[in-house]
This record gives sequence, structure tokens and C-alpha cells, in this order.
Amino acid sequence: MKFSRRKFFTTIGKGAACLAVLSSLPSVVWAKWNDSAFNATDLSAAIDAKYPGMAIEDSEKVSLKAPAIAENGAVVPVSVKSDLDNISSISLFVVKNPSPLISTFNLSKHSVADVSIRIRMGTTSEVIALVEADGKLYRATSTVKVTIGGCGG
Amino acid sequence: MRKIITICTVLAAFSVASASANETQYDKLVAEDGSKFRSYFQNKFASVEMTDYINGVYAIDAKSREQWEEIEEFPPYELSIDEGQELFEKPFANGKSYASCFSNDGVNVRKNYPYYDLELSKVMTLELAINMCRESNGEKALGYKKGDIALISAYMAYTSRDETFNIKVPNQAAYDAYLDGKKFFYSKRGQLNLACSDCHLVAAGQKLRADIPSPALGHTTGFPVYRSKWGGLGTLHRRYAGCNKNVRAQPFPAQGEEYRNLEFFQSLMNQGLVLNGPSARK
Amino acid sequence: MKLKVKAKASGGVVKVKMLVKHQMETGRRKDKKGALIPALHLTEIMAEYQGSTVFSTEVGPGVSKDPFLAFYFKGAAGESLKISAIDTAGETGVVDVTIK
Repeated sequence: MKFSRRKFFTTIGKGAACLAVLSSLPSVVWAKWNDSAFNATDLSAAIDAKYPGMAIEDSEKVSLKAPAIAENGAVVPVSVKSDLDNISSISLFVVKNPSPLISTFNLSKHSVADVSIRIRMGTTSEVIALVEADGKLYRATSTVKVTIGGCGG
Repeated sequence: MRKIITICTVLAAFSVASASANETQYDKLVAEDGSKFRSYFQNKFASVEMTDYINGVYAIDAKSREQWEEIEEFPPYELSIDEGQELFEKPFANGKSYASCFSNDGVNVRKNYPYYDLELSKVMTLELAINMCRESNGEKALGYKKGDIALISAYMAYTSRDETFNIKVPNQAAYDAYLDGKKFFYSKRGQLNLACSDCHLVAAGQKLRADIPSPALGHTTGFPVYRSKWGGLGTLHRRYAGCNKNVRAQPFPAQGEEYRNLEFFQSLMNQGLVLNGPSARK
Repeated sequence: MKLKVKAKASGGVVKVKMLVKHQMETGRRKDKKGALIPALHLTEIMAEYQGSTVFSTEVGPGVSKDPFLAFYFKGAAGESLKISAIDTAGETGVVDVTIK
């Protein structure tokens, strides 16, 4: 992150103006958290809860970027892109996590299908991206190794 | 041939940088050590630019560098800098603030630490100075490894980003502290009987299980550090304690003499390198 | 709840990068006495632009501490973007930024 000191001081001022906390937001309509999907403890149950009865096919139009070996399982940067049409959502799963469903990105017609997130992985596992478009699921898979280091501390 | 000329120019620049007015014989001795330290790593990692050593293992491991660069796009320590600034600017109960304890109101002073305090006859680190400021203003001292001390240190480090260390060795006592830190660095300890140098000098770049130890050159420039493993910020002495535990040695107290002298030695080896705190690591 | 958002427009597309200060407690960790530490994590992050929700993310405990999110949508510089977040305790945070 390149940041000259002079630029830092003006930006901190702007940054302070950007931070605000409100304790109640009557105008926002929150989605009901899909706890059955997020709490499901195996992959198929999680997919069934999130996308019941939908067909899945592997697709080269879904590109999942994840490291081959995670530097640290607590923070694994992952991103998903797709040039499929009519995408309504993208979900990320880590097969061997205690709760495989990690997140669901809900896209609108204003969205560009390109999302990045940092996830937790407990152990070496496949990471799966499912892109929901026109009633079908398109899949990309990537294996990420999570290792035991030599230098904890 | 061009590479040799480049290396010679860089080394000459470093020795010129330290050959300023009022340079003591001790500064010269330490500068010689520093020059040998840098040459060792330049020979070991021929393709690494001197300026990149501040990035630790990411200077020598491309795969983890990729992940680190992704995280650097919007690193979690940016939240810490904001928090640290708030803490730094908040007045004490007596109405004064941290600015009153430091030159230049505490802005861009991190580059002057650690230094050998002639009055107190010991190495003064930034975290120690922060707590001395608190106590002299009637506030309780903070813990030295994480939490508020790390946040304040992160903000102060950020105001010195891109500066170079400016550390002197004014007298024999300071030189002794440097030698003490140097001895610590090269001494084996713990059940695994390893010295800092075993992993960070000899085995830098090799595999320790799934980890690669970083070169010792450049250690300390980026502290305090947000470690993915900690899920938060930690100070240099927190890391020292962790490393000592890793070789199954009893860790020393944070801000005790051993770690302050070690920090002094390591920072003196980093003369000429640019400060880049706070930073992100695994 | 602290949110930090950077939004930049280029060629009609806005790239949004954001961080939320949150411990993302999974509910699976145990304290020193062996008792489970209750879950406390974000559940949803929403982006509103020109009166409509252009993007939202449902998240669970599998997302890293101090969550990071980056996404893109069609929009313009100078416009306002509102980002809100909510967690399992119902605590919310909101930030309004001007797209650069």
C-alpha cells in the first residue's frame, strides 16, 4: 500500500468524514439470514438448503481464484468472476469446513460479476463457487492446501 | 559487471549515509557490522533488491507474496491506524496528550526509535516511551504486546512510513547494549537449541515444515504487525516472545532489557532501509 | 460498528473495497474453562445506490475476522453510495461515501 505522508494527512481527514455509526436503520430491509444453509454441516445439505433442487454443471465461464497453498488458513483471499448472463447470486463453499457455506453474493442488474472476499479454512479442502443464473447452478472448484507451519508464535 | 557496480553503489550509499558529522567510533563499528550483514544476504539472495527486505518473507517467496499483495489492496491494519490515531489524540485525565511527550507532537518520530537514552542508560523503544508518557501523566501503563499499545504504535509508525531509521551509538554503554543484542541474536536457546541466526540467517529461505523463515535483514521495519494468525495487531516484543516459545525457550518479558537490546541490534542492522509499519503478515 | 469503504469509478463501473471491524466469533471456539464462546458475526452487508440495493452479501462464520469485501457495479463518480452491515446480535453499522 503506497501512501506518502502528505497524502495520508489529507486522506485521514476525508476518512474521518466517511466513518459513521448508527444503531438503528429503519430504512434498510435486511434479508432473513439463511441459517439452515449457513449451519448445515456438510456440503450437500448446505447446497440443498441454499439452492434446493437445482441442477449443477461445471462451467469454464466461472473463474475461481484461490491460492494453491494458503499462507494462513485464517485469512485466505478468494475471488470469483463470471461472464454468464442473468446471474442472480454467487455462493462460496469450503467442503471440509464445519459449516461449508461461507457466503452468498446477491447480484442485481447493476452488478458486475466480480467479487472478492477473505475466508477461513480449517484444513486442506476444495473450495467451490456456485453461480446461480437462469435457474441453474454453474460450478468452479479449486483445491487449497492449508498447512501446519513451523513458526507459530 | 553492472550488478557489481550497483551493489557497490548501494553499499557506498549506505556507508556515506552513516558517515555524517558527529559519527562516533561506535557508529563506525556498527556500520561495518551492518555492511557485512547486508553483504551476507545479498550473496544469499542475489535477485532480491535491497529495498525489498522490508517486506520480510515476501521478498523471497513469490507464492505467499501474491496473497500478501491481495491483502495489501486493503489491509486490515488500516482499521488499526484509524483506531490508533483516535487513541493517540484522546487527552489524558489531566488534559495533556501524547503529543506533549514527543518531539514534533509525536508525528513522524517513530524513525528515531529505538535509541540509547543517555540519562536513563538504557535502550528506549517507542512502546516504552508511550508508557512512560502515560505514567508521567497519571495514567496506567498499557500491556506491551497487543491492544492499545499496538494501536498507538501503529498510528505513530504510519506517520514515519517511507522514512529511514535514524539511530546512533553515542558511547560505550550504547555499544555494549548493541553487543548484548547481537549476542542474543547469535545465541542458541530453548529445547530446540536454536539461535535467531540459525533460522533467519542460515536457514532464511529454506523450509521449516511449511514455513519459510524470513531474512533477519529488514526485521523490525514493519512493526507493529497485523498477523492473520493473531487476527489482530501485535508489537515486536510480542513476536520475539512467540519466536522464543517456538524453540521451546522461556520467553523474556516484553520491554525487558534482553528484547530492547535485541531490537536495538536489529534496528541498527536495518540502517538505510525504509520504515513500512504497520504491516501485514501471515 | 466501524466500516471503512473505498469506492472508485472507472469506465462506468464502480469498484468498491471495504473492511468491517468485527471479531466474527464462530460459536465453535472454547474459552479457557472449556465453555463455548457464543457466535457473534456479521450476517449481511448491503450496498445502496440511487435508491436501490445494487449488491448484498450474506456472510457466516467462515468469513475472516475484520471482513474484507470487494465488488463491482455500474455507477458514476460523484454519486453517493451507502453501505450497511448487521450482525447476529442485531448491531448495525452504516457508512455513506462519495464515489471517486
